[in-house]
Amino acid sequence: MKILAIDTSNIPLSVAVLEDKTLLATMTTNIKKNHSITLMPAIADVMKLAGVKPAELDRIIVAQGPGSFTGLRIGVATAKTLAFALDCELVGVSSLELLAAGISDDKTDIVPLFDARRNHVFSGLYRNSNELINELPDQHRDLVAWLTELKERNQSQIFVGTDVDLFKPQIIDILGEQAYFPAPFLNVPQAFILGLIGKDKEPVEQETFIPNYLRLTQAESQWLETHSDKDHNTYVEKI
Amino acid sequence: MSAEKKNLILAFESSCDETSVAVVEDGHIILSNIVATQVNSHKRFGGVVPEVASRHHIEQITSCVQDAMTEANVSYDDLDAVAVTYGPGLVGALLVGVSAAKAIAFAHELPLIPVNHMAGHIFAARYESEISYPSMALLVSGGHTELVYMPEEGQFEIIGETRDDAAGEAYDKVGRVLGMTYPSGKEIDELAHTGKDTFNFPRAMIKDDNYDFSFSGLKSAFINTVHHADQLGETLDRADLATSFQQSVVDVLAEKTLRACHEYDIKQLILAGGVAANKGLRARLEADMEKMDTVEFIKAPIKLCGDNAAMIGAAGYVEFLKGQRAGLDLNADPSLEFDWIA
Ligand SMILES: Nc1ncnc2c1ncn2[C@@H]1O[C@H](COP(=O)(O)OP(=O)(O)OP(=O)(O)O)[C@@H](O)[C@H]1O
Ligand SMILES: [Mg+2]
Repeated sequence: MKILAIDTSNIPLSVAVLEDKTLLATMTTNIKKNHSITLMPAIADVMKLAGVKPAELDRIIVAQGPGSFTGLRIGVATAKTLAFALDCELVGVSSLELLAAGISDDKTDIVPLFDARRNHVFSGLYRNSNELINELPDQHRDLVAWLTELKERNQSQIFVGTDVDLFKPQIIDILGEQAYFPAPFLNVPQAFILGLIGKDKEPVEQETFIPNYLRLTQAESQWLETHSDKDHNTYVEKI
Repeated sequence: MSAEKKNLILAFESSCDETSVAVVEDGHIILSNIVATQVNSHKRFGGVVPEVASRHHIEQITSCVQDAMTEANVSYDDLDAVAVTYGPGLVGALLVGVSAAKAIAFAHELPLIPVNHMAGHIFAARYESEISYPSMALLVSGGHTELVYMPEEGQFEIIGETRDDAAGEAYDKVGRVLGMTYPSGKEIDELAHTGKDTFNFPRAMIKDDNYDFSFSGLKSAFINTVHHADQLGETLDRADLATSFQQSVVDVLAEKTLRACHEYDIKQLILAGGVAANKGLRARLEADMEKMDTVEFIKAPIKLCGDNAAMIGAAGYVEFLKGQRAGLDLNADPSLEFDWIA
């Protein structure tokens, strides 16, 4: 099976081409450049290096969120349209699961996290014994509340992600010796790993595939405070 | 004898609150033009919310491609190029169309053609008639109000534009004061045909020696008039308000456009953009242009005045013939503009 894996959930961008479990070519960047500029040329380059033509792809795997809304949309719009245009399978993988999967330690809780601003994070809780298990679902949380909840588990916990540094003082402050930090290279998501995780997942229905934002837009949550979301006209209609 | 090969372009538009995909033949025949509009969603908020718009675009995008290809009864092998709006507009919204267009161009090794949304609006008129140069376009939409001189095909030069609100924006803001749902241009237009111009709102910059416009003074005058009456407990005649407002907009647009048509040596005047659907404006320019027999008057078809991908395909065809191509690194340019005339 020829696989293209794409992650643009946050500042890092990673693209990989796999043949089953084998990596053929990959590219990862961690620079502040628009993913819209970088992604499609990266896909073209990596596929060329791998010697795989678009029509040969069997499956496209994309990190589906959470993460930066714009980043997610670039990755998902590209993956979804490619899969549609090439009539191949499409698979979505949690962007947090992708980071967690890099940690093979089976004795600790794995806590991948992304900065969601205003001292909030996107995070979840995973364990990796033989297979990766999601114990607490991906969620958008106030950092302090999240760390306090984690504290009560009384487990050693490893925090992973490029944004972890930013929150290290608060993590150590609340969790003390319960908290661990991985080797730095594990903080950057790798599309190769994304390919390995997504290889065994069920393909999704392409047409309705969207990012997992894990947050309503501000306008919608405000509107919902005073309105009901039931019995409305379809929000989008073809005319 | 085989018929000459037809040019087929798959076009994308997602700059604001419509997701649209079209298949266009030879730049002037619509094989399909799928438009998924989000107005029912944005009505909740009284205007377009960018993040909500972007989310709807990604829900709709491949479904629109599917429908466009099926309705046109074409396969990827039949296509000659992919055209896409890359600006101006909402960046997050644009990016969905741009990403999708690049994906298809890459997947099927098709040339990618970047299209300016405003050139698209102008080329909606191509479905009415062939365009001959030099020509002038009055471009009136939700975000723009400008007079654009086109010395030759594919060249656009602004000779004047609004200094504040766009005409469509003024319609929508005034509509809100009248309690209408967003967008209210069409409703005001209909109401305007039932009243009289009794309020005599200002006609800003109408005599100024330039081709610029201003609609914020008119908008304020309108809002103040309504609020003042509210405070006194009076109710003003809605139809007269609408007529008076529309008359002011149409007077200024028509007068300055006419002057530009006299000043420039042009073969055609093109009326395009969302507000070009306005019946009052169409009728007024129609009547005025009848007296100018050297300049042909072309109106974008009412159905193609609002955002749609067929107009992007028509503009894209011209760029295609000129050899204009974008790389896979094409980015959205939310503030893309035509140049000012030298
Ligand atoms: N009959 C009408 N009379 C007046 N205004 C109208 C009419 N029909 C639509 N409009 C206005 O047209 C605008 C929408 O036009 P359009 O879709 O071209 O704008 P946009 O795409 O939001 O902006 P832009 O094209 O400048 O980026 C709205 O402001 C709407 O109220
Ligand atoms: Mg428009």
